[in-house]
Amino acid sequence: MSASHAINLSDQEQISLSSNRALHISEVSKTFTGQGRTVEALLPVNLQVQEGEFVCFLGPSGCGKSTLLNIIAGLETPSTGQVFAHDTEVQGPGTDRILLFQEAALFPWLDVQKNVEFGLRQARIPARRRAEIAQRFIDIVHLNGFEHSFVHQLSGGMRQRVAIARALAIDPQILLMDEPFGALDAFTRDRLQGELESIWSETHKTILFVTHSVQEAVTLGDRVVVFAPRPGRIIQEFRIDFPRPRRADDHRLVDLSAEILQTLRTEMAAENQEQNDGTTSS
Amino acid sequence: MAQPAANLARTRTTVSQPQWYNKTLRQVGFFVALILIWQGLIAIGLWPSYLFPGPLDVWSRIMSGLRDGSFEMATLVSLRRLIIGYVISVILGLILGVLIGRNRYASETLGALVLGFQALPSACWIPLGLLWFGLNERAMIFVVVMGALFSITLGVEAGVKNTPPLYIRAARNMGSEGFALASQVIIPAALPSILTGLKQGWTFAWRSLMAAELLYVTISLGSLLENGENLADTAQIFAVMIIIIVLGVAIDRLIFAPLERAVRTRWGLQG
Repeated sequence: MSASHAINLSDQEQISLSSNRALHISEVSKTFTGQGRTVEALLPVNLQVQEGEFVCFLGPSGCGKSTLLNIIAGLETPSTGQVFAHDTEVQGPGTDRILLFQEAALFPWLDVQKNVEFGLRQARIPARRRAEIAQRFIDIVHLNGFEHSFVHQLSGGMRQRVAIARALAIDPQILLMDEPFGALDAFTRDRLQGELESIWSETHKTILFVTHSVQEAVTLGDRVVVFAPRPGRIIQEFRIDFPRPRRADDHRLVDLSAEILQTLRTEMAAENQEQNDGTTSS
Repeated sequence: MAQPAANLARTRTTVSQPQWYNKTLRQVGFFVALILIWQGLIAIGLWPSYLFPGPLDVWSRIMSGLRDGSFEMATLVSLRRLIIGYVISVILGLILGVLIGRNRYASETLGALVLGFQALPSACWIPLGLLWFGLNERAMIFVVVMGALFSITLGVEAGVKNTPPLYIRAARNMGSEGFALASQVIIPAALPSILTGLKQGWTFAWRSLMAAELLYVTISLGSLLENGENLADTAQIFAVMIIIIVLGVAIDRLIFAPLERAVRTRWGLQG
């Protein structure tokens, strides 16, 4: 795994830091045991993520990509290995790493504004300041006018926008997104991808984005980390240097998607072959 | 295109208004019929009127009780005991319920105890209350608390245990923990189920208080019932029972029903 030397805006901003490494994942694995059987959700993985990098975790379900994201968020503990966020070992959840879920996970008893203020309230920021910050991020996700709407009155896309605003308001260094657009229709998804990309380029956040859509991964990622299931593991990484904003129908992206899919297919076919032969490889 | 849309809207209003109107009409009709049957039975003279008073006797007893102020006084005394005892139960029930719902050890120990106490009819606490506190207000409030506390605790516990884990994960990730997590996430998320517990707790509070007041001779709704028995005044017993029913329905309609509606609307469970 070679470290990238590409300089981007956030590197310049963070120049005072001794390291511009946002995440260092070392030998992290996860094994679930229960009801007499052991499931290897994730074989030991190593991964480095640069400050301000947009990394997509791609793979079919059961490949451990969401598990890894939850471990990075500190909401699950790894069976082995360690995660360092900005050179501090992850010991539990922290507001430097905010996780976004496919279901948006908004609180139905709060209106949009109070949802966006939630993290600020936990940080004991005074009400007036909270409202100002919330308003700024509600504007960024184009939801002005919906401040006092309740969750059930919003569409799926609007809920994800609120979730993004709620995460950004906390000003985390790393955004962890677990298939955030997975439940949306294609049009909404397309728009939100574009909005996320422009938010990312304005705020220079480090983003880890889990998806099972190859197209989504190649459209958004600086790097695509490909996972395979049973047992969950990383099989390959693709660096994508195409200029942004990217169009999903760009032929280079289409070619790359095909290549990634082919890699995944070959890997899974090999695995099936092994299982049929009853042999194991190292 | 506008014409059919307007027609549709008009049909909808003309359909919904009679439904509301018809419901009230049916309810009023039912109760009027009930009173008429009651009066009819009295007119036949099936039972002696001192054992089974007619609606007119009961009505005049209600009016005389209100005129001399004894019913108002009794209602205030009983309501005061109920409210004090109920507020204590709500506070204790929230604490116990969150504890039992969130902590496995508390669930195994306290949870089992609460379940056991809930199975105990609250009238069983009256002898203990009288021995511990004497014949006074504190004994009455104790009995109310013992009547309401366990239903409220179980309602809170159920709500807390059914809180979607996703909410808790999201909240913890945003730096919420301890009291803030309980008061800002767990309790609001559990609110629909907590309300069910609160309602049930309220009816249990009433029941246990009435049982306790039958034994306690200063003026109260329960003692008016007891008094009616001693004087063989069945009209008074009927009158007090009607007052208790009216109070119960009024509190449900004025407090619990709007609360439930508000929660259901907010949660998007009803349009």
